[in-house]
Amino acid sequence: MKERLEDIIIETICRLLVPPIQLFALYVIAHGHYSPGGGFQGGCILAASFILMFIAFDIGEVKKRMREKLNTILCATGVLIYAGIGVICLILGANFLDYGILDKILPVYTAKARALGSLGIEIGVGLAVTSVMISIFLNIATAGEHEGEPE
Amino acid sequence: MKFFAFIVVLFTGALLIYGTVDMPDWGDPDSPPNRHVSPRYLEEAVEKTATPNVVTAVLADYRGYDTLGEVYVIFTAGVACIILLRRSR
Repeated sequence: MKERLEDIIIETICRLLVPPIQLFALYVIAHGHYSPGGGFQGGCILAASFILMFIAFDIGEVKKRMREKLNTILCATGVLIYAGIGVICLILGANFLDYGILDKILPVYTAKARALGSLGIEIGVGLAVTSVMISIFLNIATAGEHEGEPE
Repeated sequence: MKFFAFIVVLFTGALLIYGTVDMPDWGDPDSPPNRHVSPRYLEEAVEKTATPNVVTAVLADYRGYDTLGEVYVIFTAGVACIILLRRSR
């Protein structure tokens, strides 16, 4: 496994860069309806901030901020949010993933309900992509051998 | 054997290039995909989905099923990675 480099320049720059990267990632996810972006892109940027942390510090620093168990749960939660919104539409009497029907439970008109429905699934996609990227990167970079019990 | 493989690759490549001859021109407004549902998406997307970015409207709304499948693929990749690689020390 990679040893920690302990270089003050790299660590300080990384510490300064990570918050803006994460903020930009959330912006890309939330603003996907009005500008280029969306769940996949924002999720990748969010995961890139954790990967930068892994490169500049070590794996312990990443796991302090994103525990492995939580990461695995988030990965499933993202898919669940997506499919769950589809099932809610089904329960309300429309087709699977037909967000227009959400205006029955949301205080907005039909077109806006469709926009909010797709915002919901973008958030689900973002969560899933972020945690899957982090999990794949950590597992491949360390060949699956890092501290803590596997989930 | 290598020579034979090279011939096969060359032949397949020539077939593929021959296949592109019949394809519609790049950006042709009269090509079948551009006449089927694309004009409807472009005309109706803002009004019906309140989403100015048509790419997002198609990806998340009109083609929601397709995107759900993509998320399943990513999720499966992540889970497979954990199952195959992760082990405790």
